[in-house]
Amino acid sequence: MSLKTIKLNDREIACQEDDSVLDALLRDNIDIPNNCRKGVCQSCMIRSLDNAPPAASQKGLTDVLQHQNYFLACLCYPEQDMTISLNKPKDFFTETTVIDKKLLNSDMLLLTLKCSTPLDYYAGQFVNLKRHDGLQRSYSIANNHLLNPDSLTFHIRKLKDGLFSEWAYQELAVGDTLDISDPQGLCYYLPNQLDQNLMLIGTGSGLAPLLGIISEALHQGHRGDIHLFHGSREIEGLYLIEEMQQLTQQYQNFYYTPCLSSETLANGFAKGRAHDVAMSNIPSLKDWRIYLCGHPDMVHQAKRQAFLKGSAIQNIYADAFHVGTASVK
Amino acid sequence: MTETTTLYEQLGGEAAVNAAVDIFYRKVLSDHRINRFFDDVDMAKQAAKQKAFLTMAFGGPHNYTGEDMRKGHAHLVKLGLDDSHFDAVIENLGATLVELNVPQELIAQVAAIGESTRNDVLGR
Repeated sequence: MSLKTIKLNDREIACQEDDSVLDALLRDNIDIPNNCRKGVCQSCMIRSLDNAPPAASQKGLTDVLQHQNYFLACLCYPEQDMTISLNKPKDFFTETTVIDKKLLNSDMLLLTLKCSTPLDYYAGQFVNLKRHDGLQRSYSIANNHLLNPDSLTFHIRKLKDGLFSEWAYQELAVGDTLDISDPQGLCYYLPNQLDQNLMLIGTGSGLAPLLGIISEALHQGHRGDIHLFHGSREIEGLYLIEEMQQLTQQYQNFYYTPCLSSETLANGFAKGRAHDVAMSNIPSLKDWRIYLCGHPDMVHQAKRQAFLKGSAIQNIYADAFHVGTASVK
Repeated sequence: MTETTTLYEQLGGEAAVNAAVDIFYRKVLSDHRINRFFDDVDMAKQAAKQKAFLTMAFGGPHNYTGEDMRKGHAHLVKLGLDDSHFDAVIENLGATLVELNVPQELIAQVAAIGESTRNDVLGR
């Protein structure tokens, strides 16, 4: 072992033998959050931009974080030179072109963008769409990168007084350009446990990331059961119902339950909030992987319900949609 | 021999903490005496805190200070956190270890470490 170099932006930081990356950064007065320095609190988690970090420095991180080369600076004793980033992917933008725009129902727009260079993304992640004046909103990627490496689809719900969605409905046209950030978020599919059962619960446009995840799982030959629960108050809030039903015909391990929480009952729909229906349908979630996307209250309650039903916390992936602000993991 | 083995090692170290954390947290969230204190927390962050707490209670490596305990619970004390709630947490901790077949004398040691944080947690 000898001196290793850590590259951070345009700086080069020397990491002495027996020093962790955290020690080296702090010695160079780089402001990095940290607390326990023993790999427990995870506050010093950062990302390697070139090589996979040493396995010991990824101890306790979820598989998607490991997959994206995140690691704990306090546990990382570099085995080679490293390039690291303390920045978030939201800081980097790429230009795209609108190639399609159509309605999925009266207030849900399907927008398709084409990237000039293929984007490294995973279905279920989200990007920030940025209008030329700088107005930004987060939207989940609804398609599967294996089928479409250079195009991205989004479900844009028309919000009352929604600055961005109104503009996207009224003014944005095929052929226009739009900047998008690097993909963010950890709520996506990994083909590492093909036999694991999956439960996906979404409200409203929370279907978008779930659709991408389902598409990728089926494409990867996922063998475990895949249960989708899509909920809204009224039937008008659901969309792609026929497409989902067709998918259940096509794949034996895919199950779809549209849920309506309003008083009116319609044939073929479960009554109740999607997460309540989902939890009462399945007795134990031990060893399941759970995906929750949509209304923050649903996500918050369903996380706890899934955990109490036996799912491990690291198997619960969630993306709560906060209207008007950035989508928050 | 036993003098050279720490409590943390006797319990099984980090693997034991990992085995205990989900059981313990499920008990706490299912306990109607105390689960309202956890209504607004982020579960993943809370699980990390539970792990840090269990590591400490198991006699393992930790950086917790009395001051951290005070600051971390001050907002809950304002909401009425008192001895009865603290007792409930210690009870859940004991029940978790019983479920994992930990010998009674080790459970007593863990409970004693947990107990030592009482005044800091309750801001006294």
